[in-house]
Amino acid sequence: MILLPVLLPAAAAVIAFFIQAHGARRFLLAATAAAHSLLVAWMWVDPARFLALGDWMAMDGLGRLFLGITSALFLAVSLYAVGFLRRESGSTAADSEEGFLFSNTPEALFTACLLGFLSTMTLVTVSTHFGLMWVAIEATTLVSAPLIHYHRHHRSLEATWKYILLCSVGIAVALLGTYFIAAAVPRGSGGVSSLTFGRLVQRASELDARWLKAGFLLLVVGYGTKMGLAPLHAWLPDAHSEAPALVSALLSGALLNCAFLAILRIVAVLGSAGLGEFSRQTLLVFGLASMAVAAGLIIGQGDYKRMLAYSSVEHMGILAVGIGLGGTGDWGALFHAVNHSLTKAALFLLAGNLLAVYGSKRISDVGGALRRVPVTGVLWIAGFFAILGAPPFGAFSSELAILRAAVSSGSWVVVVLYSLFLAAVFAGMIAVLVRMAQGGRAPGSPARGQAVRAGAGHAAGGAPGFGPAESHGLAVAVLAPAREPVLGLISPIVLLAGTLALGLFVPGFLASSLEQAIRLLGV
Amino acid sequence: MTVWIEGFLVVFMITSLWLLGSARLLSCIAAVSVQGVLLAALPLLIGIDAPPWRLFLQAGVSLGLKGIAFPLLLLRAVRSVDARREMEPLVGYSLSLIVGVALLAGSLAAGTRLSLPAQGMPALLVPSAMFTTLTGLFVIVGRRSAIVQALGYLAMENGIAAFGLALAEQEPLLVEMGTLLDAFMAVFVMGITIFHINREFDHIETDRLSSLKDAPE
Repeated sequence: MILLPVLLPAAAAVIAFFIQAHGARRFLLAATAAAHSLLVAWMWVDPARFLALGDWMAMDGLGRLFLGITSALFLAVSLYAVGFLRRESGSTAADSEEGFLFSNTPEALFTACLLGFLSTMTLVTVSTHFGLMWVAIEATTLVSAPLIHYHRHHRSLEATWKYILLCSVGIAVALLGTYFIAAAVPRGSGGVSSLTFGRLVQRASELDARWLKAGFLLLVVGYGTKMGLAPLHAWLPDAHSEAPALVSALLSGALLNCAFLAILRIVAVLGSAGLGEFSRQTLLVFGLASMAVAAGLIIGQGDYKRMLAYSSVEHMGILAVGIGLGGTGDWGALFHAVNHSLTKAALFLLAGNLLAVYGSKRISDVGGALRRVPVTGVLWIAGFFAILGAPPFGAFSSELAILRAAVSSGSWVVVVLYSLFLAAVFAGMIAVLVRMAQGGRAPGSPARGQAVRAGAGHAAGGAPGFGPAESHGLAVAVLAPAREPVLGLISPIVLLAGTLALGLFVPGFLASSLEQAIRLLGV
Repeated sequence: MTVWIEGFLVVFMITSLWLLGSARLLSCIAAVSVQGVLLAALPLLIGIDAPPWRLFLQAGVSLGLKGIAFPLLLLRAVRSVDARREMEPLVGYSLSLIVGVALLAGSLAAGTRLSLPAQGMPALLVPSAMFTTLTGLFVIVGRRSAIVQALGYLAMENGIAAFGLALAEQEPLLVEMGTLLDAFMAVFVMGITIFHINREFDHIETDRLSSLKDAPE
């Protein structure tokens, strides 16, 4: 029964690969996503029905939380994907930056990989054996590589190669770490199931501390590469900026969490072995480093998709800091993972809408979004405030909880650095937001020919409504609003509404799930 | 028997040096596949406490993948991109060999000091695992050809698998097979990507894949 959410998308992936009709395949994608969500919802309501499979797979508090996020996100993304594929599929498009022609990955392969991605991520969340979890995480890398290379051109290829190589090497290091953990288990105790999460936590006092510590470091470096913790994040901005928007949304909102889950599990093991201090300190350092690097690169960033990618690095850093502090920080980090996933996925999907209309990822080419694409523009602003942790969005309470944990830990260095980096990112992103939503580019230097033509046309017509105050942003201001596809808007609206609702109240089922997850994390 | 195994491990380490010093792609592929074959035979030699059918199954699958499937996949990739020889690596071959010898010395010094939880493991097992892993890493960062980087990944994977023999109590069969399957898929996906890289750029030198960076506004 517990295998069902893993096997369902896997089977759908195989079927999708062989379906010829586009319509049927897109329906299958959305239907599978919906069925998966229903199944996961059932798991949340009635976990007793989903029995553990030996020591290998079980649905514990941690796994359930992250499976919930993944499944909900995938549902939202699959709706968006239907619209996206209808727009993009099978065509040869001109590249927006360099103007060459490229084709897309065949839609059947793309859909199959999407579904396979869901299947492998589900496997990560339900596996409680460190070996099996490793297999699942490596599998997520491999099925998602073709997704990044959807637009077949040299930049996406470069991103894909970096992604495969860096993540594979990182995960190989994690395998070594897993073996080290195995070496920490005293001989002849448990055999096959010696590497299960439950056993390791239960018998943590018998583990050899030196091997455990070394294994932990290797696992953090390995899975940290996948999670995007600085300085191991090199693949992340490239992959996120070159992948299609919906893939970036999944990478950022779901995949990074899977790696985080793996790290959480090993932190729990170290915690019960009495090495909590050591493991949490390590994460704290990685977390602050990630926030610092991200803050430095967000300020002055010229590409809005890369900016969102660095924002993901920042938020992974926040999660690591939260866990590093412990206490309220645990709650903050887990709750923040939920908020970050919802918000960042919405933002990436909106970035896809902007890219479709403006044809450029450069911030300087996007101006007057509020007038050109009003709905996307408003959502984009809301999303920015949500991701920056402004009230009343969910990220506000989770970031505040982490700050409180920092204050109560009494480590003022952490308090100062944490607030400083948050403030720096806030300043950097707000500056960008104002320009994208409101401004136009300086008169006389419009980058897009389209804008000039439209502007000139209106100017020649002597548009009477424009006073002198507006004329200085003319090229952008007079562009007619572009059509905004409904399917591209529903998902971001729902996701943002979700994070807004979480800021106002935490529903009971989520609160109890967070509590269970925290109990697993231990002290 | 022990002398025999230690000799075997020495040969295992020599394959890493072979990979480091080879300029021809075919020779690099040969080095890694010989390494894979040796690795596949290793569990049979060092007397792991497990039913014989399991050991043979594991060795068989490992041999099939690392000794036969991977080399064939990579050979296909080499043929499709028509690149026989790596041009100017980032780190020259003689320097690579010197680095290799240094890594070897380091691994021997560090690896023999490590006190293993399991008794009765050959003394050279951990040093050779460490050396192979590090060599793989070095090849990934020190070479530009995507195929050689993929080979470096395989060598690293081999080294880690050898670590696994030394450190882990018998891993469950499912995990063992999953690990192998993942390695297979990784090589497969890398192979396809190499093919695309070549079609797109007419070369497979990854340091020239450098158009993605943080552009200021």
